[in-house]
Amino acid sequence: MDDINKIVRDYIVREYLQEDDERTITDTTPLISGGIVDSFSMVSLLRFIEKKYSVHIPDKDATPEAFDTVESIVDLVRRFQNVAVVKG
Amino acid sequence: MAFADTVRCRYQTDLDGIKSAGLFKGERYIHSPQSSEIEVEFPVGSAIRKCINVCANNYLGLSSHPDVVAAAHAGLDARGYGMSSVRFICGTQDIHRELETRLTAFLGTEDTLLFPSCMDANGGFFEACLNEQDVMIADRLVHASIVDGMRLCKAMQDTYKHSDMAHLEEKLREHQDKRSRMVITDGVFSMDGDTAKLAEIVALAEKYNAMVFVDDSHSTGFMGKTGRGTHEHCGVFGKIDVITTTLGKALGGASGGCVSGRRELVELCRQRARPYLFSNAVAPVIVAGALKVLDLIGASTDRRDKLEWNAKYWRGALKEAGFDLKEGDTPIVPVMLYDAKLSQDFARDLFNEGVYAVGFFFPVVPKGQARIRTQLSAAHDKRHLDAAIAAFKKVGKKHGILGLGRKELMARAVA
Repeated sequence: MDDINKIVRDYIVREYLQEDDERTITDTTPLISGGIVDSFSMVSLLRFIEKKYSVHIPDKDATPEAFDTVESIVDLVRRFQNVAVVKG
Repeated sequence: MAFADTVRCRYQTDLDGIKSAGLFKGERYIHSPQSSEIEVEFPVGSAIRKCINVCANNYLGLSSHPDVVAAAHAGLDARGYGMSSVRFICGTQDIHRELETRLTAFLGTEDTLLFPSCMDANGGFFEACLNEQDVMIADRLVHASIVDGMRLCKAMQDTYKHSDMAHLEEKLREHQDKRSRMVITDGVFSMDGDTAKLAEIVALAEKYNAMVFVDDSHSTGFMGKTGRGTHEHCGVFGKIDVITTTLGKALGGASGGCVSGRRELVELCRQRARPYLFSNAVAPVIVAGALKVLDLIGASTDRRDKLEWNAKYWRGALKEAGFDLKEGDTPIVPVMLYDAKLSQDFARDLFNEGVYAVGFFFPVVPKGQARIRTQLSAAHDKRHLDAAIAAFKKVGKKHGILGLGRKELMARAVA
């Protein structure tokens, strides 16, 4: 499952950091409260996760808090993967 | 009484939170018309003092131009004070349509619809013209009103890194399955003062079959050789599908905005855009003033030429003094400080030196990107600029930041 962390981290670096941005993204780096991802551009991250992991995250769960760190994003993915398995 | 003490207390706690976060916005009372020199009461209750204003959107210096004021007076006499109606009931005078026709010609588009503000134009456009079959792809630094407008629209939304054309191309490629794609950008970005790469955006839009939307509020009237806007500046005049812009900045600075562009899109706004449908027509006095503004800027480019000179002179002098500036070729010149508190202290010290400028910090600009945003005007004479430059140097020296580059300034901000 650690692979998910890396995939999400790599996506965030590619999608949100400018080339000359030297910040390092760890699993606990605050993304939204830290000003790296804003709520306006969060949508592409949500769509990436939904597509990559074949999950649907309802609006009520796709909150800025849930998207604030790689760790919390991965938790969210796992939660909804489980939902999909149970439903399946 | 529904506004119980507990409710009042809750709201007061919210206000206290804003204050303790250092985000509370106060107002400074101005006792004179808008111009390069204004009379300011700040803090409230203190003596009025004369300041050089370097933070107005009065790019062409027309906010208090005597010809515009006279035309507004005449309009007031001829057509009254207010319309007491939305446009489609009984709020459209012949001069509203005349102004729309004149704006269409000026912007080089097919049709124009006035809105109460450009905020409303941006708030209403997307919902009226796009739906879930479409995708909106916006630059990440677009104005807040575009963000709000996009949120009201059911089309898919996506963003690309600021002015990153490779990222935009990636997104355009990704969304080829959508019915329509619309690339959305500001013409000149209000906080950074840089210009959208419109020639490249138009080329990508043609390649990937997308429409282009530009908010030219900080450009109309002065960008480009004859001041038509960033589409003229970038050599893509006539190739932008939708331009929104304002009468509230260079074009007299009162209020009002518009959607201008493809005939069918403008007509759809007339039928569906909620801020157009549900708010009053722009007041006749403003319409009359704006018509005079178009006369003035159509007759001569002197004002936009002077503004261009002022911006170049100002940028050069601040750079030479050792300030770290955001690159650009517009009258918006951000002086980078990277430190929220310093931006507030710096603005206060400038005010004490007789210069009115404002410090911006998160969330108005990204975290760690605090700055003083300066804006030039054709109403500035060289003596205004020289006096303001002297004040900037004095305050810069006091804070020990002259000659420091981005990295050094950022390191100081962290320390």
